Amino acid sequence: MSKIPLQFRHNGRDVAIFVDGGTNLLVALRELIGDMTPKFGCGQGGCGTCSVLIDGELHLSCLTLAETVAGRSIETLDGIKQGPNLHPLQRAFADNFAAQCGYCTPGMLMAAKALLDRNPSPSRDEVVEAISGNICRCTGYEPIINAILAAAGGRVSA
Amino acid sequence: MAVTVKTFTSASEAAGALSSDRNARYLGGGTLVMRALNEGDVSISTVVRAQDRALTRIDASGPRITLGAGVTFARVLAERDLAFLHAPARSIGGPAVRNMGTVGGNLFAPNPYGDFTVALLALDATIAVAGGFGARDIPIEEFLQARERQTGTLVLSVSCTRPANSEAFRYRKIARIKPKGGSVVTLAAHLPLSGGRIAGARIALGSMAPTQIRARAAERALEGRSLDAATIAAAASAASEGTSPSDNALGSAWYRREIVGVHLRRLLSGQE
Repeated sequence: MSKIPLQFRHNGRDVAIFVDGGTNLLVALRELIGDMTPKFGCGQGGCGTCSVLIDGELHLSCLTLAETVAGRSIETLDGIKQGPNLHPLQRAFADNFAAQCGYCTPGMLMAAKALLDRNPSPSRDEVVEAISGNICRCTGYEPIINAILAAAGGRVSA
Repeated sequence: MAVTVKTFTSASEAAGALSSDRNARYLGGGTLVMRALNEGDVSISTVVRAQDRALTRIDASGPRITLGAGVTFARVLAERDLAFLHAPARSIGGPAVRNMGTVGGNLFAPNPYGDFTVALLALDATIAVAGGFGARDIPIEEFLQARERQTGTLVLSVSCTRPANSEAFRYRKIARIKPKGGSVVTLAAHLPLSGGRIAGARIALGSMAPTQIRARAAERALEGRSLDAATIAAAASAASEGTSPSDNALGSAWYRREIVGVHLRRLLSGQE
């Protein structure tokens, strides 16, 4: 079966790849582009660790058919750091001990970014709602919620 | 195994491709079809898509509302005129799933999912479908009864009449994980009033049978009565009549039958 050519923007850079029919966006990002920041968790839409932003909107890359992102802009955790500096959300996660095993962290950060891009000063309930599609099996939700609130409030120690 | 992806500009072309291939599935938001592909479902050899604007249209201005099958739950939540559907839309997934999952796809979601469809069943929605023989409208109850045979039909839109007020339409989802999670039991009630008495009650249940069903015995208990304590008690005790829930990791069939009346009583009496 022939491969399908696919072009889209990946973290501000144009990329062009060939995918097999039915390939999901997560596989395309990890195996064809080499961006290992979105993780494979459940493949069912239950865990959220594969979360990416498509045209600024939070989506699950494992449930996105790669071909559907042609011409669109994809943002992953790999793209949110600002040069050598961590993104304020990453800094807040580090300061608040919000990463335990770290597997859910890429998805948590993208879900948090999707929230703060739209709502720069969310309430605690809004933060809980924003990460409700992301599962942390270390069950470290409190530090994660605190980190997102800290990043939103700008109370991030240097 | 690689699948063939066919993308069409019109819904009618996509419907033709879907009805002519037994192993084709229509890709809406991806939360059902991509999940099946990720799990290695070899029964799907072709994925059909349509980039037809009609499928993502919302008409919510009048007394009767129409949602294109491709409208996502996030868009339902963003529409002020669809406030009566916000509770069911909000009860589905997290934000990413709501940005992807669609009204049309939800009609095919198996237990413990398909909560939006419970609301649509209580509202007596009409499903517009396109098959090999053109487009037609089907009452939602008929659509659900034949759901296993519907994979070759393309859902175009769903429409329903707006409830008279917020008291007339009520929704409640019982899940173990809040605010998201699969349904233990999902309930929706449409209670139109005529001269202080209920006329045309519809109670819909999710996760109480292989597809979403109506609680007809409970509806009969409400019909022609005012919503007082005795009527509510009669409806609640009839809630599990005609249901056939199954066991899953979220709850046993026995548990579902035990609690459905409790939650119907709370829904009807306006308790949290």
